[in-house]
Amino acid sequence: MMLHYFLRRTFLIGFVFVALTVLAFSLSYLFPGDVLNNVSGLTNIAPEQQQALIQYYALDQSVLMQYLAYVNRILDGEWGLSFSSQQPVLAEIIAVFPATLELASYALILSFVLGIPLGLFAAVKADSFFGKLVSGITLVAYSIPIFWWALLLIMLFSLTLGLLPTAGRINVLFDIPTTTGFMLPDIWLSDIRYKSEATMDALRHLLLPAIVLATYPTTVMIRFTRDSMLAVLEQSYIKTARAKGLSRAQVLYHHGLRNALLPVIRQIGLQFSTLITLAMITEVIFSWPGIGQWLLDSIYQRNYPAIQGGLLVVSCLVIVVNMLTEILHTLFNPLARKA
Amino acid sequence: MIKALLSLIVPCGSVLILSACQPDIPETIQQGMVYCSEGSPESFNPQRVTSGTTIDAISQQLYDRLLDIDPASGELLPALATQWHLSEDGKTYWFTLRPDVQFHHTVFFSPGRTLNANDVTFTFNRITQADHPYHAIGGAVYPYFQSVDWGSLVKAVVAENSNTVRFELTRPDSSFLSNLATDFAAILSAEYAEQLLQQNQPELLDQRPIGTGPFFFKEYKKNQFIRYYRHPEYWRGKVDLTQLVFDLVPDNAKRMAKLLTHECDVVAYPRNAELNLITERSDVEVQSQISMNVGFWAFNTKKPPFDNVLVRKALAYAINKDAILDAVYFGYADKAKTLLPPTSWAFYHDLPEQQYDPIKAKELLAQAGYPKGFSMDIWAMPVQRLYNPNALKMAELMQADLAKIGVKASVVSFEWNSFRRKLSEFEHDSVLIGWAADNADPDNFFRPLLSCSAAESGSNRANWCDPNFDNLINQALLTADIKQRRSFYLTAQLYLDEQMPLVSIAHSKRFQAKSVKITGVTINPYGGISMAAARKSL
Repeated sequence: MMLHYFLRRTFLIGFVFVALTVLAFSLSYLFPGDVLNNVSGLTNIAPEQQQALIQYYALDQSVLMQYLAYVNRILDGEWGLSFSSQQPVLAEIIAVFPATLELASYALILSFVLGIPLGLFAAVKADSFFGKLVSGITLVAYSIPIFWWALLLIMLFSLTLGLLPTAGRINVLFDIPTTTGFMLPDIWLSDIRYKSEATMDALRHLLLPAIVLATYPTTVMIRFTRDSMLAVLEQSYIKTARAKGLSRAQVLYHHGLRNALLPVIRQIGLQFSTLITLAMITEVIFSWPGIGQWLLDSIYQRNYPAIQGGLLVVSCLVIVVNMLTEILHTLFNPLARKA
Repeated sequence: MIKALLSLIVPCGSVLILSACQPDIPETIQQGMVYCSEGSPESFNPQRVTSGTTIDAISQQLYDRLLDIDPASGELLPALATQWHLSEDGKTYWFTLRPDVQFHHTVFFSPGRTLNANDVTFTFNRITQADHPYHAIGGAVYPYFQSVDWGSLVKAVVAENSNTVRFELTRPDSSFLSNLATDFAAILSAEYAEQLLQQNQPELLDQRPIGTGPFFFKEYKKNQFIRYYRHPEYWRGKVDLTQLVFDLVPDNAKRMAKLLTHECDVVAYPRNAELNLITERSDVEVQSQISMNVGFWAFNTKKPPFDNVLVRKALAYAINKDAILDAVYFGYADKAKTLLPPTSWAFYHDLPEQQYDPIKAKELLAQAGYPKGFSMDIWAMPVQRLYNPNALKMAELMQADLAKIGVKASVVSFEWNSFRRKLSEFEHDSVLIGWAADNADPDNFFRPLLSCSAAESGSNRANWCDPNFDNLINQALLTADIKQRRSFYLTAQLYLDEQMPLVSIAHSKRFQAKSVKITGVTINPYGGISMAAARKSL
């Protein structure tokens, strides 16, 4: 049964990838400028090179063959050159992508750690003053435009109080060699003497962007946990459990939480694309050198090969995460497993 | 949770700001300086660029030149050349090189010898010899040298022995020594070039630089930072800073914020509007320096209607420079009469000032055959430059001025590197840009900006090639007699005023903002900034 389910999912994800590559492939033709330039990323193509390149990129063949050649190149890791730097697009993506993943995952963790307990609290104490306060603050935080919120925090913590830095991942004077591209692991893997200072500095740089980026998913998490918990608490099996003499905590944990968190897991997948969009805004505000900032720069520079590659990577990531949370949801939910 | 995190981080954070609390932090960090720069470098070889952003970041930090310019007097000083002399006919120069000058020792190159004449011949032959193995690397682009017509001037560069170099010229040129002292004439390592050629990676010469300068190259992360370390065997003596990082922050407001939070020690180009804000604080200060530069509005003179001198003059009359000076430069600039700033010895003091006269402008337009005006583009630089702190705002002001004479202007801008590329391909109608001098010679304003060879190399933003003008500025170079040269330059300025290939707008002062802990970072009136004398007190 489960195997059948996984096969169906894998088939679906394969189909989505094909659709994505078709879209990315067609961008070379839809963008302004010469197709050969857009495909190869070369800005100056000498006339004597032209013929060889056309053959190499299969541009003299049918569209289907061109598409197959494109997919082949994607799989071989040959994503063309960036217009602005004339360096391989894939190498640039690999250099910036970990920064985004790092920021997004810390923000996501923060939103779990804060969101679920607060949501539970707001549900259990729904009628108390604090319950209402949590719901109220959540509503406000949910409605705040993120760029404004980020600027407020910078104004307060950086410019007025001078406690936290405004930009970047670490003080640029710390010379941390890049091994994984993730800052904290890189610090721990390096052989510098001042690891604890570097870690502290990296955390100080991380704090504001992570809080800003976590704001939206945290509020979603609180609202969802709260609503779903309230719905679960209304169920008759909760009343039965209480009537059987189980303590309040036991009921909440064994019968409430498990059932209430299921829809929350699914929510993560659905909110992930919003999270990535917000991560891009956060990156620009905090000069965080991730894929969002890189992609926006590329758009501004009309750097078509980079836009193409960046979109492909970001959309694949969103789809993979969506799929993974679907699968997790199914694993935890016996009802969905059977369906 | 947040509280817990904050209580964990804040105390050490505030201590870190006061710094020196951590005995473990090595000297490379405590004695390191962060210079927040306004853009990314295009290359690490000064021969290959003209952009001031790149020159600031690379030239004085990584390299030395044969000669230097005294920032106070504009006179030439010995640098890598200890002495030089000139033949009777003014066509041959001999330079004696300084002994025991060490090149950088880095992870990618270990020098096997000190500086000798081969390095000098390599550096200059690369530019002129078409069959040189390095000539075509990166597209044979040497914009500054092409704009001063170096190729036709320098016949040969010969190593007479290991420490004497001979330059043979085709004609006397009184600006030759000044050109050798510019930031573009940095001396490269021939040995390193040889090694790269053997490794079949010659393009790395311009990307992973080796020089003799006060700092050596460690790493460059595109759009993020450039990291330099101190060159321990620098021939002028080890500098105080152990590490120098150029933090690349194109956004003006962010650069200012980083100065206030002490993430930057020195900030390039603070916005004129914010200078007052900085003076109110005790931990940061502003430095200013009169600088040899000009901001101008250049017309693409090959494109109609700008090929018509009447149209160009009409547009010049239509612009209210006083309003621009107030709104864009906040009064921190002098109104420009001509290309040359008033501090230059060749400046034409009696040149009549261009008046603001929309009625005259309309008459001229009617004479030129455009009584109803026309529509045009004004390209505005996306970055803040010394000579033009806010090109977009200037373009908007000019848009309103031009509307009064019936000319419909739209403002166009791109990212800086694409902007420069499109400019050198002459895709523009008109552009707001400018020039900062690299040496004290007036020729440095005329030839790189308006000569025919500059039009070919793309640095002539007006795409203007006029044999009469070229003749004037070339004749000025043939003599070393200052009086004679001056009279040629005065005529050239008069001729420019008649032809109006560009409208000079302002000569700005140069500013930088810095933390009070930093001393010794002075702004050079000629060309790039140097950090060699910088010190940081704890």
